[in-house]
Amino acid sequence: MKGSKPKAKAKSVLPGFGISMGFTIFYLCLIVIIPLSAVFIKTSGMTLPQFWETITNPRVLASYRVSFLTAFAAALINVVFGLLVAWVLVRYRFPGKKLVDSLIDLPFALPTAVAGIALTAIYAPNGWVGSLLQPLGIKIAFTPLGITIALVFIGLPFVVRTVQPVLQDLEKDTEEAAVMLGAYRLRTFTRVILPDLIPPLLTGFAMAFARGLGEFGSVVFISGNMPLKTEIAPLLIMTKLEQYDYMGATAIALVMLVIAFIMLLIINMLQWWSGRRTIAG
Amino acid sequence: MAGAVTAHLDHTAAQRPQHINESGLVRIILITIALLFLALVVVLPLVTIFMEAFKKGVDVYVASVTEPYALSALKLTLLTAVIAVPLNTLFGVAAAWAITKFRFRGKNILITLIDLPFAISPVIAGLIFVLLFGAQGFFGPWLDERGIQIIFALPGIVLATIFVTFPFVAREIIPLMQAQGTQEEEAAASLGARGWQIFWRVTLPNIKWGLLYGIILCNARAMGEFGAVSVVSGHIRGQTNTLPLHVEILYNEYQFSASFAVASLLLLLAVLTLVAKSIIEWKAEKIKS
Repeated sequence: MKGSKPKAKAKSVLPGFGISMGFTIFYLCLIVIIPLSAVFIKTSGMTLPQFWETITNPRVLASYRVSFLTAFAAALINVVFGLLVAWVLVRYRFPGKKLVDSLIDLPFALPTAVAGIALTAIYAPNGWVGSLLQPLGIKIAFTPLGITIALVFIGLPFVVRTVQPVLQDLEKDTEEAAVMLGAYRLRTFTRVILPDLIPPLLTGFAMAFARGLGEFGSVVFISGNMPLKTEIAPLLIMTKLEQYDYMGATAIALVMLVIAFIMLLIINMLQWWSGRRTIAG
Repeated sequence: MAGAVTAHLDHTAAQRPQHINESGLVRIILITIALLFLALVVVLPLVTIFMEAFKKGVDVYVASVTEPYALSALKLTLLTAVIAVPLNTLFGVAAAWAITKFRFRGKNILITLIDLPFAISPVIAGLIFVLLFGAQGFFGPWLDERGIQIIFALPGIVLATIFVTFPFVAREIIPLMQAQGTQEEEAAASLGARGWQIFWRVTLPNIKWGLLYGIILCNARAMGEFGAVSVVSGHIRGQTNTLPLHVEILYNEYQFSASFAVASLLLLLAVLTLVAKSIIEWKAEKIKS
């Protein structure tokens, strides 16, 4: 937005503005804007009481609650462990560091359904970890805890990859100064390093949370999909579609879309705040 | 959103003077906790897929990945990616050119709109195309009269895949091209180079590694998409079943070994993507230094 001059005056010697911009807008409208507007047009066919009744149905409210709480818990866990992982990767040296660093992107590259069946196999009552926890009375698969674990897997790269570059670029000088002034290591961390890390941590949190709200493939296997208990909002949309209840599905989707817009706005504001707009990609 | 950050592990950051570093014991404890966490969250699922895939032996594995339904799913997955990835690449390059080489109003809004598919649930990505082209959709009756099927057919699967992987290439190269500025292109233009010449000779060599990673990531996501494709595919075996959907069907039929065998193919794709990323980062690093 730096060029707040009218378009015509912002002349460039470079060619191709018309064609590249034209194609960009055309393709964006064709694939994203027009299809998305279908959700708004479809819901406008409902009366307000109808819409309200659909989205405040106990089963729908329960699915929002499950999606929200598990995505929030998973994003929080990822902030703590994501920071630790980023810290260890940037600051310490240990064998296999490069390999560990590449592994961080696995959840991003692995198809979600594959992650879903693998996590279910591990945490089901007869699975590797599930069978260890079974005697202790802890159930993971087919409970909100299982959904949270799937979302921790999905969200991890978002936090690590937003914190890592900031941690990398931190100046040593301020830390040096803190030490000279007599601060202990922990105090240096909380007073000097952490404040700089708060914007990327919040951005990572928001990204992991937004992704967790909409996540489907990795959750649907491990959640057990019990209405009111472990049914997530995206699954409820799917169920309504299978019952040909397009209105109901669209109403639930509209609420999630509005939340997604708000999350995207927050993420962009956070990135602008931390001065890393567009770089965190 | 993530994955786009090419984090170059800087070795100088790991070499810190003693007084601004943690004590040896603290370091070891922190490294151990981090590695245990990663082992539990990332490595364990990875190992599980291979263990489960080969649980009933190599014969069952080979049979599972070479049966006709698996092969037709593989074919459909490849076909979808072959259509979706080039289109999104073309879009990514065009969008990056317009956004980074020119000034115009509403640039931030445009970037946000490009990001939009990232923030939207894949299930909603599928739903919107059902609302448009499904039997009860806005264009449903019109398409029906002409005998064109989009939902529960290849076009729907391709559309949903394009939507979900829409921002990947653009998001990968926009920061790169932004950082490089416009001087080199302007110099080429003032020397009389034409549009395509500037792009092929000046811009492309500068962004090729980032572009390549964007394409590879876009491809991995296109081949692995589950939620959006699941809504529009109709799950007809041998016809509209992609590899991830085939994994789901086998799993729900309790054919766990077969399901994990097919899943291991997709895991291989993910691992290859990560290897490619490492090579690309290494190449990009070498050029810089």
